Amino acid sequence: MTKHIYLDHAATTPTDPRVVKAMAPYWTKNFGNPSSLYYIGQRAKNTLDNSRIAVAKIFNSQPEEVIFTGGGTESINLAIKGAVIASRLTPAHLITSNFEHHAVLNAVQALKNQGHEVSLIPVDADGFIIQDKLWSEIQDNTVLISIMMANNEVGTIEPIQEIGAHLEKLNKERKAKNLPHIFFHTDACQAAGALELNVEKLHVDLLSINGSKIYGPKGVGALYIRRGTALKALVDGGGQEKNLRSGTENIPGIVGLATALNIAEQNREKENKRLISLRDWTIKKLLTTIPKTLLNGHPTQRLPNNINISILDIEGEAMLLYLDEIGIQASTGSACTAQDLEPSHVIRALGRPYEAAHGSLRLTLGHSTQKEDLVFLSKKLPGIVKYLRQVSPINVDMNTLHSSIKKYPREIIKL
Amino acid sequence: MPTYTKKKKKVIKKSVAEQADIVPKSGEESWLYSDIVKEHFFTPKNLIMDASKIKEYDGLGMIGSPACGDMMKVWVWVDKKNDKIKKMQWQTFGCASAIGATSMLSVMVAENGGMPIEQALKIRPQDITSRLGGLPTRKIHCSVLGDKALRSAINNYFLRSKQKDRIVEEQARMIDKIAQVTDHDIEEAVLEGAISLEAVQKKTKAGVGNPEVIPEIEQLIKFYREKYFG
Repeated sequence: MTKHIYLDHAATTPTDPRVVKAMAPYWTKNFGNPSSLYYIGQRAKNTLDNSRIAVAKIFNSQPEEVIFTGGGTESINLAIKGAVIASRLTPAHLITSNFEHHAVLNAVQALKNQGHEVSLIPVDADGFIIQDKLWSEIQDNTVLISIMMANNEVGTIEPIQEIGAHLEKLNKERKAKNLPHIFFHTDACQAAGALELNVEKLHVDLLSINGSKIYGPKGVGALYIRRGTALKALVDGGGQEKNLRSGTENIPGIVGLATALNIAEQNREKENKRLISLRDWTIKKLLTTIPKTLLNGHPTQRLPNNINISILDIEGEAMLLYLDEIGIQASTGSACTAQDLEPSHVIRALGRPYEAAHGSLRLTLGHSTQKEDLVFLSKKLPGIVKYLRQVSPINVDMNTLHSSIKKYPREIIKL
Repeated sequence: MPTYTKKKKKVIKKSVAEQADIVPKSGEESWLYSDIVKEHFFTPKNLIMDASKIKEYDGLGMIGSPACGDMMKVWVWVDKKNDKIKKMQWQTFGCASAIGATSMLSVMVAENGGMPIEQALKIRPQDITSRLGGLPTRKIHCSVLGDKALRSAINNYFLRSKQKDRIVEEQARMIDKIAQVTDHDIEEAVLEGAISLEAVQKKTKAGVGNPEVIPEIEQLIKFYREKYFG
């Protein structure tokens, strides 16, 4: 029997059976609309309220500061576009990094197309935001900074707490000068489940998460909105979710999200410990047994489940298909899996050249991952790489590669 | 009186989603590529694993770069008496489409006693993709380098065999030296409906991994758009 080893938990996770069980009553039995006055409607409203309280507890916020959305992308769009439009400045200025998920980059692009101003901050070779650049970009009309909590491709964990605390000080100075407040959003979709989402500690005004990355259902997300943060709704209608996200609430999904987040929080530290040990074992093994490899992202300040290495002289998609044949599912930053022919902007933002992005392999571990799976992978991968290198006419010189990383321009995306 | 038992017909109950063809039928393998591509990817034909073993050949061509995501190296052997390609061997850095396309090309030029050189010079990417049973739309670009690599190998053969008059000069102007894309290629792409930079890149790979030529490509797209579509 072919093995089935899923190592792409950053793409999506299987829904935890406990979550499915928690959702089960809300399809056919307790199907009420929370806006209805009668019994089943009010019962649905109670469920909605309880879910909100449960999520707020994990955010260390008030329940009123949490709204439910149709997923991470929607939360991010609402946070970014909503805050900029609500500022009523034309043009408003916002700052993000060239390292973000496309949900952020394309939302920002859409605002730019409407005439707003955008600054993209580069990251260093490990993927950390270059903070000096961030602070020097602030203008009088800056209204929003959006920085991801942890990167989805290379797992680098950004110093959100530090940035948030500094911004708080800056905002006090701006208030004295009568300049607009700069709101701080973090895309925590990839961080949720692994990192603490305490909004007070993080000093964030807006925080986005979704269900499908934390063993919850797809198509449901949440957005934390600090009291006093004005947003303009993107979906108009019956005024649900504080008039910020109209449409009958997805009660089964919301119950699933709240349950999944709770389970994740309970197991977080124990599971992180387990995953970090598996991650570090695998990284060491792959880097030492396969020649011409590079680790992408920081060695320790990375998500516990994230492994991302560039394997030179071969192309990522070909490698993935060979892995798929032996039952291992993984991901790559190669252009061949992208829509736009450009290889991963994340790997390139680290200063890595195209060659390294084309040969990148992302393995993201999860609940189901056992040591034996990674032992199997580390036994099979060197052979696949060796074969594909024989097929390939390329032989990149590692010294040239290393020196090019140092001087490579990091401003890779132009909006 | 003979008795017989009526055989009960086994009824396999299908779920509603299965009946509505929403879920894939159980056991149905799904692969992004056709079976032919899969076959050529996993068991490539005429692949050369160790290039140092090639001592003699008639023509060698190379195209692409690691930066643009595809690179092909092609060796050809020629039946000089009949002016046909005898054999083609290759190495490819690239995805399944690129590997599959080079493999298929190597079969095409050598089958039926070899392809006349004049005909081999005229192979277009579409000829290769149709033999592969098609490629997913967004993967077409991965196959566009094969025919160019072959032409470059044939030109190299002309050069080595002192038939300089036969060398097919790319008459068009080279726009992207890495992806070997000419103004003519861009004109063709625009004619085929690629009227944005992204669409032209999808067809030609121009400027992919070589962003400094993008302004010129954009100029050309604008020029041909106005020329043909006003």
